[in-house]
Amino acid sequence: MSDVMYDFELYQPDSVADALELLGEHGKDAWIIAGGKDSLDWFKDRVKKPPVLVDISSIAELHGIREEDDGGLAVGAMTTLTEINESPVIRAKFPVLAEAAGHVASPQIRNAGTLGGNLSQDTRCFYYRDGFPCYRAGGNTCYANTPTAMNREHTLFEASRCVAVTPSDTAPATVVLEAEMVIRNKKGQRIVKAEDFFIGPEIDITRMTVLKPGDILLGVRFPGKWAGSRQYFEKVADRNVWDFALLSIAMAAKMDGARIADVRLASGAVQCTPRRMTSVEDLIKGETPGEDLETLVARVASRGAKPLNYNHFKIPLLENLAKRAARSLAA
Amino acid sequence: MAYKLIGKNFTPPDLEAKVTGAARYAEDFRADGMAFIRILASPMPHAMVKKIDLGRAEKVPGFLAALTPDEVKQPGPTGQPILAAEPAYVGQPIVAIAAETEQAAEDAVAAIEIELEPLAFCVDPLESLRPGGPNALTGGNISGRRIEFQEIKWSGKDFALAGEDALPKGTPVVEWAFGDVEAAFKEAAVVVEENMVHASNAHHAMEPRTAAAYWENGKCHVWGSTQSTAFAQPALARLIGIEPSDLVFVAEYCGGGFGGKATSYPLMALPALMSKKLGGRPCLARVSRAEEYYNGYARAGFQAWAKFGFRKDGRLIAADVYVVQDLGSTSGFPDFNNVGNATSIVFQPENMRFRAMPVLTNTVPKGAQRGPGENQTANMFEPLIDKAARELGIDRLAIRLANAPGGGGKDAKYGAEQGPVTSAYLREALVKGGERFNWAERVKTSGQRNGSKVRAVAIGQAYHSAGRNGFDGLVRITPDGILHIHTGVGNLGTFSYASTSRVAAEVLGYDWSRCTIERGGTARSLPWNLGQFGSNTSFTMTRTNFVAATDAKDKLLTLASMDLGGSPDDYDLVDEHVVHKSDTARRVSFADCAKRAVKLGGAFNGQEVPEDINPMTRAAVAAIAGTGLIGVAKDNLAKEGVVPALSVGFIEIELDLETGKYEILDYVGVADCGTVMHPQGLAAQVRGGAVMGFGLASTERHIYDPAYGRPGARGLHQAKPKTYLDIPAEMGWDAVDQPDPQNPVGAKGIGEPLEGAASSALICAISEALGGYMFNRTPVVTDMILNAAAGRPQSHKPLQTNCE
Repeated sequence: MSDVMYDFELYQPDSVADALELLGEHGKDAWIIAGGKDSLDWFKDRVKKPPVLVDISSIAELHGIREEDDGGLAVGAMTTLTEINESPVIRAKFPVLAEAAGHVASPQIRNAGTLGGNLSQDTRCFYYRDGFPCYRAGGNTCYANTPTAMNREHTLFEASRCVAVTPSDTAPATVVLEAEMVIRNKKGQRIVKAEDFFIGPEIDITRMTVLKPGDILLGVRFPGKWAGSRQYFEKVADRNVWDFALLSIAMAAKMDGARIADVRLASGAVQCTPRRMTSVEDLIKGETPGEDLETLVARVASRGAKPLNYNHFKIPLLENLAKRAARSLAA
Repeated sequence: MAYKLIGKNFTPPDLEAKVTGAARYAEDFRADGMAFIRILASPMPHAMVKKIDLGRAEKVPGFLAALTPDEVKQPGPTGQPILAAEPAYVGQPIVAIAAETEQAAEDAVAAIEIELEPLAFCVDPLESLRPGGPNALTGGNISGRRIEFQEIKWSGKDFALAGEDALPKGTPVVEWAFGDVEAAFKEAAVVVEENMVHASNAHHAMEPRTAAAYWENGKCHVWGSTQSTAFAQPALARLIGIEPSDLVFVAEYCGGGFGGKATSYPLMALPALMSKKLGGRPCLARVSRAEEYYNGYARAGFQAWAKFGFRKDGRLIAADVYVVQDLGSTSGFPDFNNVGNATSIVFQPENMRFRAMPVLTNTVPKGAQRGPGENQTANMFEPLIDKAARELGIDRLAIRLANAPGGGGKDAKYGAEQGPVTSAYLREALVKGGERFNWAERVKTSGQRNGSKVRAVAIGQAYHSAGRNGFDGLVRITPDGILHIHTGVGNLGTFSYASTSRVAAEVLGYDWSRCTIERGGTARSLPWNLGQFGSNTSFTMTRTNFVAATDAKDKLLTLASMDLGGSPDDYDLVDEHVVHKSDTARRVSFADCAKRAVKLGGAFNGQEVPEDINPMTRAAVAAIAGTGLIGVAKDNLAKEGVVPALSVGFIEIELDLETGKYEILDYVGVADCGTVMHPQGLAAQVRGGAVMGFGLASTERHIYDPAYGRPGARGLHQAKPKTYLDIPAEMGWDAVDQPDPQNPVGAKGIGEPLEGAASSALICAISEALGGYMFNRTPVVTDMILNAAAGRPQSHKPLQTNCE
């Protein structure tokens, strides 16, 4: 409620090496800020008050889109969502990513918000953001999963104490494109598959990604495997702009004539991480799109869902979006 | 009547500053040595402050002073204190701190040690009415305008009789009826009956209610964000504890109000009180978005039941309505009364009973929000009209035409007393809208499906009272010939302060470029005017400006006859000259008349004033007396009956059954607003009202966790007003353009029902797309549509409120 930030130390390194030095020096006290679209809310509300901020926006190597030898792309973590949405090469090779980036928040936020920030942002559960001492905040209760809690936007799947969902629109796209996150810390660089980058509460309830203090997400590699494939993205939110997804779906597919030769689907806002829809993938691989297939898709898409007080609407929505994705592959 | 200015477009004088950013709002105020105020707000929905320890706060570098509840006036139990000793909602201000910087103030707030004793709370009015249910305030759960603060619990039998999902109908505190409702229901060909919920929702004006103040030479200067100027001053002076004459109040621009800034309010007085404590030092109390949610008031929600009986031809012969209003934590706004009145004027039931129960809850205080009660009426009851049409097998436009008041309103009846109205052309608005929208053709394909999408058309209607009388007008012609129109109405943003001022220029035949509007602060010598709220400005202020200009005209004619011979009747006003009718060489300019008035004194230059004007007007005239020819008068023009603003909306949507999303393909709003004063201004109101209405219908609502009493829609992205990408790029508008006979230029207001017509039209269209599905809940949000389309039950219970 405060709306006035507290005092913190602000560092603005212009190289990854300097940033890593600062992160190493300040350890858990340090917080990486990129576009600031998630961070500043926390600071103004004074719910999270890290004493040291490392602003990585001035590091040139974190910006931009580069074509790779395998036909894929490397996208710097500081590349803005607008740049991704408008990039001709991304639109040609990975339209699902361009579409997802173009559906984030609002034009103003996309101009400042970055790919790295969108992927790394914290959940939007209003109890957690309001400062409730919940599991994710280090407490021992989930306030969004009580018999009377307001949880319309929360999980359908894989809840483990916490029922908050991933709010990222680009995250499902990275999963279906088999993207690789390039992470560096003082010990060196490592590559983490998108599916492994996002972590649920059963692994660590206080984080949503594998990023730990000292880590910098340098960028995301999108391998050539899915470049130019048939891709689909759809997001449903209450408003057409400046709204988090009630549910989103991303798909990449390769066709063999009318048949679906290979496919990956992931949905957003149904669990803490982007959800690979493997049962739908298994079902439609090798099949020809059509009404009969859509009926089966609807049957398996939401299998295992455990709705909360106010979110069973996500079941038909997930089924419908999966059907629409499959339908988009019809000739 | 052919007018020179009225009905013509013009550029309002405040427009350029708003577009260029030159406009200065309260938050833009800065002064040397300014102190900054931050607030400690209640983290609990209901508590008693047991102890406030400022020891640590006072040690924060930059700390200057603190204000605590015991230092400010505490109103009655259902009033809203500036700082609360018994906070009754999360976010209610308890302690204010001033410091050298805003950050220091916030740091000091964080260092306050406060002890709160939690008290019982409730966020559901029906829960409070249950036997043994919690009271929102110590000592009671019932209040309302002119309703005593008291505790009322309905019996277990009342709840048992109703059943789990129907509104219990215990003894109400408001009840009225006309005709024989029960007998009429027996005659009805079709009876529709539904229980329903209308959510509360935040105003969330773009400009939060920041205020600034300082004291100098015994006067308190305040910059505030309000819809009104003159009307806001006395109440603000009372809050500060001074005489109105000792308050210099500046309110030049208002970044949105919608009723939530109708006049002054407790938070506006805070910097003045803090400044006084600091010896007059300028103080700024900036209000954040979340604080605007907590302190910005809200539309009241309802849990309701309605039963309507219709004849075969669609005529409504019986209406029985019971509403339980969520007052919030203060006596709130009497939306409930407006539900009864709106039902009576829009649908003209032949027999009607109305009952209401306003209940206190531990949610943010409720105030007027655009069409308070009337627009909820439209959203709750228009779908019932459609349901009846379907059951009767008659067209949805036809059933509205069968009930709408029209033909000028001679047969129209209003409210419990079934009193008269000044004019009513709702029927004509329906006809005009139907033709413009091509309803007859488009309704034929309504409900047709194309893939996963369904197109649907629908109609909404709404009402609000639209005019008052008895206020003062003040104009002045200075020796340079310029006409100064002094208006205290305020500047909500509708430009009606300017369009109504043009009436004075019209009466005197002025070129508009030679007129200036004196407004924006009490130092501009403002007459006693009603505030800019309640859709009243067009009617009320055209009358005040008319009588003031008429007084000036009489004085011009008198002066000319005194100097040029003959009687006043021998002269006309022509091109800012007083000209003899038969000898045009005998003429004198307005500028010269003003010079003569200055010399003559008396009533001509304001040294004498009419006895019946308000003391504020009297003081305003005294401040400008001797500077020109003064026209000043009280509006004593005849007025009998309620002035109704009426509006209809026609809409077409395409709804996707698989996503619950829809596109608004077309919208046409038609206004019954009397004479159209300013076409562009009206167009902006029709469209703006529709945008706001679409949000009211489909996304905006309060959410409270019932276990913790904390809200979940404090920010703009959570409250979800509509954006540009949610609305059609083009929206049509029109007006009946029939003058109201009780206004000198035929004008009456319109702002508020334009929202309700659009919101109810959208709700009806969504229902139509789903085959007449009755949501009985506003807003109709995405998940409700999805559940309806999928044949699944809704997540909420039928009468559950403040929930998702």
